[in-house]
Order: sequence, then structure tokens, then C-alpha cells
Amino acid sequence: MTETLEAIYDKCMANEDNIITILQEIQSKIGYIQEEAVNWFSERTNIPPSKFYGVVTFYSQFHQNPRGKNIVTVCCGTVCHVKGAPRVISKVREDLKLKEDQDTTKDMLFTLERVNCVGACSIAPVVLINEKVLGKVTPSKIVKSLKDYKG
Amino acid sequence: MSSEIIVNVCMGTGGIAAGGDLVMEEFTKQFEAAGIENATVKEKCKLHKVGCRGFCARDVLVDVNVDGAVSTYQYIQPEMVSRLIQDHVVGGRPVKEWLVGDDYHTFHDNQTKIVLGDLGKINPESINDYLGVDGYKAAEKALTTMTPAEVIATVKESGLRGRGGGGFPTGLKWSFCAANKSDQYYIICNADEGDPGAFMDRSVVEGNPHAVIEGMIIGAYAIGASIGYVYIRAEYPLAVDRLHMALKAAKEHGYLGEKLFGTDFNFKIKVKLGAGAFVCGEETALIASIEGERGMPRAKPPFPANKGLWGKPTIINNVETFANLPHILNKGAAWYASIGSEKSKGTKVIALTGKIRNTGLIEIPMGMPLKDIIFNIGGGIEGNRLFKAVQTGGPSGGCIPQQHIDLPVDYEGLASVGSMMGSGGMVVLDETDCMVNISKFFLEFTQSESCGKCVPCRIGTKRLLEILTRITEGEGKEGDIELLQELAEDVRDSSLCGLGMSAPNPVLSTIKYFRHEYEAHIKNKKCPAKVCNKLLTFFIREDMCVGCGMCLRACPVNAISGEKKMPHKVDNNLCIQCGSCFDACKFSAVLKE
Repeated sequence: MTETLEAIYDKCMANEDNIITILQEIQSKIGYIQEEAVNWFSERTNIPPSKFYGVVTFYSQFHQNPRGKNIVTVCCGTVCHVKGAPRVISKVREDLKLKEDQDTTKDMLFTLERVNCVGACSIAPVVLINEKVLGKVTPSKIVKSLKDYKG
Repeated sequence: MSSEIIVNVCMGTGGIAAGGDLVMEEFTKQFEAAGIENATVKEKCKLHKVGCRGFCARDVLVDVNVDGAVSTYQYIQPEMVSRLIQDHVVGGRPVKEWLVGDDYHTFHDNQTKIVLGDLGKINPESINDYLGVDGYKAAEKALTTMTPAEVIATVKESGLRGRGGGGFPTGLKWSFCAANKSDQYYIICNADEGDPGAFMDRSVVEGNPHAVIEGMIIGAYAIGASIGYVYIRAEYPLAVDRLHMALKAAKEHGYLGEKLFGTDFNFKIKVKLGAGAFVCGEETALIASIEGERGMPRAKPPFPANKGLWGKPTIINNVETFANLPHILNKGAAWYASIGSEKSKGTKVIALTGKIRNTGLIEIPMGMPLKDIIFNIGGGIEGNRLFKAVQTGGPSGGCIPQQHIDLPVDYEGLASVGSMMGSGGMVVLDETDCMVNISKFFLEFTQSESCGKCVPCRIGTKRLLEILTRITEGEGKEGDIELLQELAEDVRDSSLCGLGMSAPNPVLSTIKYFRHEYEAHIKNKKCPAKVCNKLLTFFIREDMCVGCGMCLRACPVNAISGEKKMPHKVDNNLCIQCGSCFDACKFSAVLKE
């Protein structure tokens, strides 16, 4: 852990990077913004942790909790919305047994996320499972696709 | 076997989503394998990946070019590749039934392509392809034959206005910046396209990244910036990759770095990844984000052109604005100013989407009537339903109804009906779309993207959303419409930045043109478009129901009952109007009223 952070520190100092880039590095190496990592950087750089958390909570890219093995991203652009994205989301929630305030399944297999627009409006509604793009998704189609990722 | 065969596969966002990478892989595999039985295929065939072709609804689009004779195929999937190779590439006979039809040509022939001109023709990963279409000639011309003041004058004369939404004259903005005395100037390309329903900038960066870089070089020279930034959305991995690739190639060819084109001008470009905040499209918020802070806007003036990044004079232009510049420098200001309408010159790239037959990326001369875009280029409404409205400008724009269908699409035209150009998203809505729901959708977006710095936007959008939510859930009260209007006008007039000022547009424009829909929700507790589930009653048509039990299993509250193979029934006392039965039924037996 400390080695990873040291490496990020060295890289970011060499590039004169700012807090956002440091956090982006932490997230790409560790998977999420871990409290210990922020505290470590805070001591090392003499920047208060509040400054880091101000940035973390501002930008939607940063996650403060570990995420599941598979990321299910539902596009919530205008076209996806009018073509049924809200129904797809409720179906995914139901199928993965996610409660209202919950985005990651208990077994850490799936995390449900929304994105403003992926720009593939011609095949709306669109869902991404990890990197794979699924087009013209219906509630029943998404359940079938999710099956392939369940253990 | 002819002398040269080029196969182009669309690898834009739409193309890849439709399976373009798999088609590409199949061509590569089969070309490799062809070496054994037909050596010429391997030697004479060139396989290119190209950027967005525009007509995303027909992806994957593939061109087979035999000695300059181009045949375009639509809906190509990997399993179709071997026949294309056998019949066309080897046999010389195009596969007629897979070729695009007349509508493909109607789609393209009604457009004027400047920014999108080379998209879909050149390989975005090859600088040589870009050089082949006069790439970097404009930058060379500017740096070696013109003074910075002359460049600014040319851009002013061309009438080019910012394509990011505001429509501020580009040349004028540059002259404000250049007028400052400073030891350092910055130029920033805003590629943080965050609107839902917009993918213009992404397609341009993915399909022709060198054009954006060249535009930045021209702008940097004009204002005297030695450092440039591209602020690009991290959610666009392909665009980011291609941008990095293009920057590296440009540096290797001496178009970036020191002493460009043998002059004393130095310029380098850095890439900053946006971390996902819509408000960062606002100039001062974007600058804060590059500096590593929370992306919150500040009061203007001072404008970034006077005091921007690190307190230095800074110019921020949008991707499309930059991509226009090489053409203006090459062909002249007068040529550019001859295209478009009186106050809006040139063309605009538009992401045409929604309930329309030909969805895709298009480019039109400013001032083209809305009608021509929707019915000529767009091919009309899909499924023969009725046109209801077109939403332009994303969450900052408004909905334009049938009565304004002849409206010219330019900055002034759209503003005159309470909408705006925005970055150029155009979502067509039909009779099955509920305008109150659309308005609520955009408010959900702006409310969650509001940075929270100023009260009118932070609290105003929240209250607006609460009212809209209760209307769509059947809890609307007498006087809600007037309350929405009053609050919307307050938010518009008193917010700090463009996000808050334009957030009420969707609400105000839908009330203006579709007030009857709001009234139906509030007074009659009905959703005329049958979208707002809480206002609907679900029931099953006995003559259509086959008793398969799909709805019964889908219902989360056990409100549906019935014996197998016998018609089922919904108990409306138990029903929570979630719509699961409607989605589950394969026989269209579930109805909503």
C-alpha cells in the first residue's frame, strides 16, 4: 500500500500535478478513494484532508467506497430517458436486489451507475456492462445480459 | 484484380457500439487468411478505421472503394464480412441488397460539411491522412505569412461565433485577450461535453483530432499563448486515446514544440481529464478545475480573457470552434461569411436524435429551417407517429412545438422561442412523450449538477424539481403552474452562472407551449401521453391475454391474479403503477389509461 502511494507521490510531484490528478491516480491504482490514502497524502503534502474531500465529493468520477467486480452503467441521456432508461434501471435494481440507497451488491459482484450520456443515441437506450456496449436495451434483455456475469 | 482497394469501417462511437470493432476484427482476420488462396487481396487491400460517418442509425457502415468507385454498405455485422470479401473485394460485384439506399444520399446531400467534411474519410489515428487533406497548411500559413493581428482580423471577418453554446464572436474574444499585457497567455479547448444527448465534440475529437490541434495552434499564435490545455471528459476514453496519439504525432512532425514552422513561436498542449461535473463547461469553473480545485464558477468580470488560468489572460473555445479555424484560414473569411444566416455565420454540427428515423451526426448551414432538418435530413418521425416537439440545447434549452417548425436554426432563431443553440443537441419528441416528464428530467439533471455556490440555483432548482415531481405523481395543486413560472423566472434572473440562468428554460418553454399538459396532470390527474405511471390505471384485455403468467410473475406486489391459460386481472387497489406488467407482456394485452 505505502509503496503504491509512494509511487503515485513521486509521479505526481514530478509532473507538478494538482489534487484532481492525484486523486485520479489513487482511484485508478486502488479502485476507490480510500480514507487512509487521503490521510497519507495529506501528511505528505501538508494539504488538509478537507481540501481533498472537497474535491472528492464535488466530482462524480470519485468513489468513496469499493466498487463491484462488474460495473453496470445505464445511460441517462435525454434519448435514453424517453426510450425507457428509467424502466431499465428499476429492472436492474430489482434483478440485483439493490435497495434504494444501495449501488453495489452485497457479494461485490455488481455496481450500478448512471452516466449523463455516452453519445450512442442512435441505439438508445444504452447500457454498458464494464466495457461492453449494449444497445436497444429492454427490461427483459438486460436481465438476460446480467445472467452472463453472475457467478 | 484491380490496383487499389480501400475498405473503410466506421469506428465512431455509434459504429463501435453497433459492433464496428468486431467487423474490423473480422476483416483483418479474413484479409490475413486470404493470403493463402488469394495473395492479391492481402497485397492490394487497405483496411482503414474511420471516424463518425454521421448516419449512426445505419451502423456499422462500411465503404468498399475499388479504384475510386465507392460502395457504401449499411448494417454490416461480422458474419456478413466473408460475403463482402468474396463477392465485392475479390469478385468485383457489389452486394446490392446490403448497399445504402436513396435515403442515405438524401441524408447527406442536404448537409453542408465543413467541420465534418473529413470525418469518416480519414483515419483519425494517422497524421499522414490529415496531411493528405491539406492538414496543418492553415497553421503554417498563419504562422509564416500573417501577423497575430491579421489572424484575429480574419477570424473576426469570418463571423465565427463560439460553438459551445453562448455564441460569442470568437475573433472579438481573442482581441480582448490579446489586448492585455502579460508574460503568459493560455489557450484552452473545452471538450468537456456534458449535455445529455450531445456527442458532437466527442465525434470530432475521435474522428479528426488533428483539426482541433491545428485550430488551437492558430488560436495560440493569435493571442500569444505558449501553453494550451485540452479539458476533456474522462468518460470519453476513445477520444482521449486518439487525442494523445494525435498530440504525439504532431510533436514528432514538429507541429507542436519549439520554433514551429521555422518561426520563433513555441507551443505545447497538455491534456486534463475532466472528473465529471457538468458545471465545468462554464469557463471560470473549468479554469478552477484545471487548477485542481472544486469546479465552481465565480462572478464575472473579470472575464477569463483578462484574468483566467493562474490569473493570466486565457481563451477558452469549444472543440467545434477550433475545428472550424483551419478551414477559415485556408479558404478565407469571405468564403466562411458567405455561409449561414445574417448574424450566425458558417455551419453548426448537430446531434440529431430521439424519435426520428435517421438519427446521427449532421452539419447544417446556420439558418436552415427546423422543418428541413427533421423531415429532409432526419427522414421524419419513426413509426409514423406524430411530431410533438424538438428539444434543443440540452438541459439549458427549451422545447419547440409544431407551430414553430419553420424556425431558422441559428443563435437568434432559437433564442426567439425561448430555447438556445447550446452545444447543438437536438432531440425530437413525438406524441408518446410527456412534456411535464421531459421538463422534470432536465430539472433532475440541473439540480444534481448545480454546484451549490449560489442560492437561487442550489435551492431554486430543488424546489422546481419538487413541484414538478408532485405534478407527475398526481399531487399537483391549483396554482402550481404559476408558482413554477414565478420561481423559474427568479432562478433565471438571479443565478451566478449560465447553468442556473438557463436551468429554467425547459420548464418555462414547456409551460409556454404545452400548458394544457400541465393542466391535465394537475386538474384531471391524467397524463395525456401515458408516461407518468402514477396517473395511469393498468388493466388487462381479456381477448388478448393468453394466460402465460409473465405479468403475474413480474408484479412486485402480487396485484395480478389468474389461472394458467386463462385471462388475468389487475387488482387496482393493490397496484402501485410500476409498469412491470406492461413491460413483461409479450402479447400487448396490458393496457394503461
